[in-house]
Amino acid sequence: MRLAVIGAGAVGRSVVELAGEYGHEVVAVADSSSAVVADASSDSSAGNGLGVDAEAIVTRKAETGIVGDGDPADALAADYDVLVEATPTTLGDAEPGFSHVRTALERDRHVVLANKGPVAERYGDLQALAADSAGDVRFEATVGGAIPAVSTVEDIEPGHVTAVRGVLNGTANFILTRMAAEGLDYDHVLSEAQDLGVAEADPSFDVDGTDAALKCVILANVLSFGGADDPADAREFSLEDASVEGIRDVPGSVLRLAAEDGRTVRLIGEATGETVRVAPRLVHENGTLAVSGTQNIVQIETTHAGRLNISGRGAGGPETASAILGDVGRLG
Amino acid sequence: MPDGLHEPRGGDRVSDTRDGAPEEAADAADSTDPAADGGHDPAPSTHTVRLELVDEPGQLLAALQPIANNGGNLLSIYHERGNKTPRGRIPVEVDFEATAERFEGIVEALREEGIAVMQAGTERYAEEITLVLFGHLIDTDLSDTLSRIEASASASVADVSLAAPQGTEEVSSARLRLEARSGETSEAIAAVRGIAEEKELRVVAPLAGVDA
Repeated sequence: MRLAVIGAGAVGRSVVELAGEYGHEVVAVADSSSAVVADASSDSSAGNGLGVDAEAIVTRKAETGIVGDGDPADALAADYDVLVEATPTTLGDAEPGFSHVRTALERDRHVVLANKGPVAERYGDLQALAADSAGDVRFEATVGGAIPAVSTVEDIEPGHVTAVRGVLNGTANFILTRMAAEGLDYDHVLSEAQDLGVAEADPSFDVDGTDAALKCVILANVLSFGGADDPADAREFSLEDASVEGIRDVPGSVLRLAAEDGRTVRLIGEATGETVRVAPRLVHENGTLAVSGTQNIVQIETTHAGRLNISGRGAGGPETASAILGDVGRLG
Repeated sequence: MPDGLHEPRGGDRVSDTRDGAPEEAADAADSTDPAADGGHDPAPSTHTVRLELVDEPGQLLAALQPIANNGGNLLSIYHERGNKTPRGRIPVEVDFEATAERFEGIVEALREEGIAVMQAGTERYAEEITLVLFGHLIDTDLSDTLSRIEASASASVADVSLAAPQGTEEVSSARLRLEARSGETSEAIAAVRGIAEEKELRVVAPLAGVDA
């Protein structure tokens, strides 16, 4: 497959670097202000004469902050099979990600998303565009990083999944794990997490539960649309439909009281075809859901196959790229 | 003996449906191999039910009548008059003889009379819920919070541990162990959430039906 990668953050760059290993080639890369497009008629810009030079792009991005001399629109107009949308998640209208997706689908190309915005905030619009296109939309990378959450639900069939829950934010989980282990308060552990690069300077998106809620909203959409006889009747979820509580105010004493009783606290997201809830919850200290540090876990309740648990790395460039390239492999 | 045999039948039944498989399995066993479980053995055996009675005159008699009227042979009554439950009810343990079939009818009849059956035979009709509240627990009158949880019909407070490391005026936390009637844990948690919301407290609730 020929890939156009929009977004050159850690995830986009990892896709550019790893695509060759999976048998795909990157023919265009764009960040917010620049682009590079492989020239099909000459091999000047590419090692193999077809794709772009991954190493050169990654180096240039690191040194100069841009990926090439072209305009980002050039990458959207390039001759690709799959558009990889890896720009930062935006809420509300989910722009500019949504327009990138629209452009690709209207050209009958496939889309693989790492950007949660269009899938969480405009799932119905996205499905409508996909229905009119010869291209498909996939978004495994939007939920749980490397963990195959969406494709597992699809394999089981959404109509046979009653709920999906789990730990879906590594930053919040790291903070809760450290608070419990060290008996420290939130503020103290947050600074440590920021020093380690686990939490961002503004950690709101992670610690207020928004990120986990978006992932649960996406799962709720998969369950709702996938389980409906007619997608037109399916209930569409967006962030507004989620009940969200974060961990910012959780005092250390809550974790101590929980530990006295063999329990601990985890920021758990739950999605069914009807509800989405993210909140700190009590779980057994050595239970399945009490994953440590930045680990994530997805637990799937099924009607005929019991409960499935998949844990692993929920973020990171190569991990998320692995989910994206898995999606690319399913297209075709 | 499979648990399913002791489940009261009919619209009024209270059973834990989270783990739905065993009930059907028990029924299937009944039809294919009636001898194996002894469920239709006509010989009566001794049963114990644990009830919780409202502290009002005539309640004990009202509880015993459905047992006698449905073919139970009363053996002993342990009436813990001085030992009220946190909900202010009086626990009573009744032993009686009845056939397995009649036993089901008795439990059903007790429920129809509105009597709280906490335990019947080997089944315990109470589930423990542990949750943690945090916020300005003391400023918002913790004892009132607990009384109101008690007053909500679905749960009683069995145990409270308070942690107020910053003194009584700062944020504190309390771990609560509640006892809820079987199958009513979601209602009990919802009741706590409602009270907490009103007092601007936060609830760290367990995952209902998830032993993880």
